[in-house]
Amino acid sequence: MTDTMSEVGRARRRKEDARLVTGRTQWTDNIQLPGMLHVAFLRSPMAHARITRVDVSAARGRPGVVAVFGGADFAAEQGSLPCAWPVTEDVVIPDHPPMAVSEVRYVGEAVACVVATDRYKAADALDAIEIDYEPLEPVLDMTEALAEGSPTVHESGNKAFTWKFAQGDIGEAFRDAPVVIDRTFVQQRLIPSAMEPRAVVAQTDGDRFTLHSATQIPHILRVMLALTTGIPEHRLRVIAPDVGGGFGSKLQVTAEEVLCLLITRRLGRPVKWTESRSEGNLTVHHGRDQLQRISVAAERDGRIRGVKVDLLADMGAYLMLVTPGVPLLGAFMYNGIYKMDAYDFTCTGVFTTKMPTDAYRGAGRPEATYAIERAMDELAVEVGLDPMEVRRRNWIKHSEFPYTTIAGLTYDSGNYEAATDRALALFGYDKLRAEQADRRDRRDPVQLGIGISTYTEMCGLAPSRVLGSLSYGAGGWEHAEVRMLPTGTVEVVTGTSPHGQGHVTAWSQIVADALGVPFEDVSVIHGDTASSHKGMDTYGSRSLAVGGIALVQACEKVREKARQVAAHLMEASADDVEFSDGRFRVRGTTTERTIQEIALATFAAHDLPEGFEPRLDAQATFDPDNFSFPHGTHLCAVEVDTETGATTIRSYVAVDDVGKVVNPLIVEGQVHGGIAQGIAQALFEEAVYDAEGNLLTTTMADYLLPSAADLPDFVTDRTETPATTNPLGVKGAGEAGTIAATPAVVNAIVDALRPYGVRDVRMPCTPERVWRTLQNRALQNRALQNRALQNRALRNEEGASA
Amino acid sequence: MPRITVKVDGISYEEDVEPRMLLVHFLRDRLGKTGTPIGCDTSNCGSCTVLMDGKSVKSCSVLAVQADESEIVTIEGLSSDGNWHPMQRAFHEEHALQCGYCTPGMILAAIDLLKDDPDPSDDAIRQGLEGNLCRCTGYCNIVRAVRRGAGEMGVTTR
Ligand code: FES
Ligand code: FES
Repeated sequence: MTDTMSEVGRARRRKEDARLVTGRTQWTDNIQLPGMLHVAFLRSPMAHARITRVDVSAARGRPGVVAVFGGADFAAEQGSLPCAWPVTEDVVIPDHPPMAVSEVRYVGEAVACVVATDRYKAADALDAIEIDYEPLEPVLDMTEALAEGSPTVHESGNKAFTWKFAQGDIGEAFRDAPVVIDRTFVQQRLIPSAMEPRAVVAQTDGDRFTLHSATQIPHILRVMLALTTGIPEHRLRVIAPDVGGGFGSKLQVTAEEVLCLLITRRLGRPVKWTESRSEGNLTVHHGRDQLQRISVAAERDGRIRGVKVDLLADMGAYLMLVTPGVPLLGAFMYNGIYKMDAYDFTCTGVFTTKMPTDAYRGAGRPEATYAIERAMDELAVEVGLDPMEVRRRNWIKHSEFPYTTIAGLTYDSGNYEAATDRALALFGYDKLRAEQADRRDRRDPVQLGIGISTYTEMCGLAPSRVLGSLSYGAGGWEHAEVRMLPTGTVEVVTGTSPHGQGHVTAWSQIVADALGVPFEDVSVIHGDTASSHKGMDTYGSRSLAVGGIALVQACEKVREKARQVAAHLMEASADDVEFSDGRFRVRGTTTERTIQEIALATFAAHDLPEGFEPRLDAQATFDPDNFSFPHGTHLCAVEVDTETGATTIRSYVAVDDVGKVVNPLIVEGQVHGGIAQGIAQALFEEAVYDAEGNLLTTTMADYLLPSAADLPDFVTDRTETPATTNPLGVKGAGEAGTIAATPAVVNAIVDALRPYGVRDVRMPCTPERVWRTLQNRALQNRALQNRALQNRALRNEEGASA
Repeated sequence: MPRITVKVDGISYEEDVEPRMLLVHFLRDRLGKTGTPIGCDTSNCGSCTVLMDGKSVKSCSVLAVQADESEIVTIEGLSSDGNWHPMQRAFHEEHALQCGYCTPGMILAAIDLLKDDPDPSDDAIRQGLEGNLCRCTGYCNIVRAVRRGAGEMGVTTR
């Protein structure tokens, strides 16, 4: 097939859009069922307390109220919300009841619920529930939590686990190292904030249960709910209808999903719960929240000897689905794209009385990339090199791939030189450096800073055997089914579960090429365990790199079956039958059959090869051998007003290499959205708890998501170094932007402020924080100057008296 | 319970509503107009934007009773005779949506924006859409779409 004919690589407009731009959507909250009841949850106002009394009787009599439940009502059947990633043998996985029974451990934990005939009445009756609490001490700071005598979140103490990994001789690397960079960075707590709030609809006919949920993981959810509630898996159907974004936040088994199932089982009526945004900010799992100490030992010429990382990771009050695993997804990434002889990583998971953390776009890898990319800039300053030069001296050269890193991963392919050269050219690096020098000379109150992030990441989760070796509770394969229908159109069933990624379009492009059918003739079924029986769902930039390959393999099987039928009908040997552009042709002749003709002939089954099963469909399950390693170079120029602390992004250039691209439009969209979220961490967002453990950022007025007015236009481009580990040559693309952007922005801000002695600014780098950092620096500088003056005066006196 | 008369996407309704009922709940739960989604409870996100007598409003910050005697256009009433509004086409062409949750509000806010400024600069578009949040796209393609939509609307009305 010639390239001009190929669907893969084309900027196809999305099939999904027709529904979405006309409002014919199927969000979970849209669902209305006959007799449906509405659930509202009462949530703990205390960060840590014993529940001493629950009285729901007054609420029972309120208008429209059908039932009211406290935690004790579910105690016998609610089980414990699952943690599927017991990272060490001695990890502490506390009991996590979906509805608190005797103790609450974060503000927002569900303590009771009302089931009523409409959502207003359910919410009204919450007022009538009486709960008495005996306050316990909150635990809010990770370092204090680990100190002797700290109040504890759970009886077992505040440490969930310590996980270690080491390669090479780290002692040797740091012994007499000419240069050592030692920094502590704060990864603030974030709220993923998918635009669609969570929603659940549960129903039963007494035998079978159906759960609609705004989830990324219908398949995993079904397994986990079966294990948690005891509803047998084969009698439970989970549906993810249209889902409005996830970013990891809907990769969860939530209390509300479990409780809605239990309520529908009790009452025999369909129930719906939709969260409000304020409820969501409190109770959708949070992201990041790590304290990172990173030490880099290097030679005078900037070459790295070794990297040592010591992490504290805030788990929040409980371990949810993959809470403890998130920081460990970064464990193999703190070495970044760089070569070194030794690496040492330790992570301690800490319980606090806050909302549990879990996956948020990038999950572990943004944190790792931030630390190493920030440290590279510090190293550059220390050894007096341009920050790009210090990276060049350390990165893996294109000629060195495949390369096994110090962390034990084999990067199959990459070309850091090409992506960087392209980015530098688009950015106008040298010119900006000249302007920066000029502004510094002029002592311009608005300083220019340039930030670099040369990142890679591991995604396409994941080889099942690797997940197993990391104690993860499931595999990392993906499944696909391809069915040629009698009329020659194609139905695809995928185990991936898109919520904005455009799988319907991209999968259609892949199938169109593989089977030679028109793009329009392919439809894709997903997100319903009744029609898509097998899958591992969508997260970790895995859908194309794993699910796309399963699809290719299923298409191959269908094609081979069709070839047999075609050969039979054309009275040729299958070996002599070629396939291209949807046609089977006997080599060297003009005899041909289209794949559509074969589909119809197979359906009719009048004349098939001896023993041939009359079906033109196939399934495939693909388990990758390796992760995929997209990479790229992001460059950010900021102007920082040193008088107000305000940062303006002047330009942002991203050159990413995600291998082969199925749909450049979709990839660009993913990169844009990723960058926006990365910038948001750098500049705007932080989930803030007060000293009592109350979340202060419960609304979108307090937790600042960037609007269009807050962000610049991004310049994006790609280089294309195909993955060698899958037949499409593709790498994941969903998280790269977020992973790369945060350090690029903060590096730029710190770069702008270097002349003022600033070496770090804590995220989010709000105007106030930048301004305070500058003021503190100025004070310190003044103190240093005074001391120097005093010393000089002292010396003069001494000299005079001598 | 007050009775309201309201025209939504070309159809007249006469309904009794609780005084506290929000317009967005009236549209979604009472009329089944689920094309208009809800993204927050503090009037910050703009997901619920509709046109009320031609002006864009956040339907979560309007009471159903306040919509009495008014004409509402939601995303569902934007196409005519099966033809998409130029702004709908522009969002599709420029890949200005991913999950699509913000899209109805974004499209209606954009249409309203162009009423005051039919040929806005990128900056004006960004400022004009400040009240509509999108978590997926990073806004670049939304800005492009609004520009394209503006161009097409200019051509079609001229
Ligand atoms: S729902 Fe957020 S502004 Fe109306
Ligand atoms: S497209 Fe998902 S929120 Fe805008």
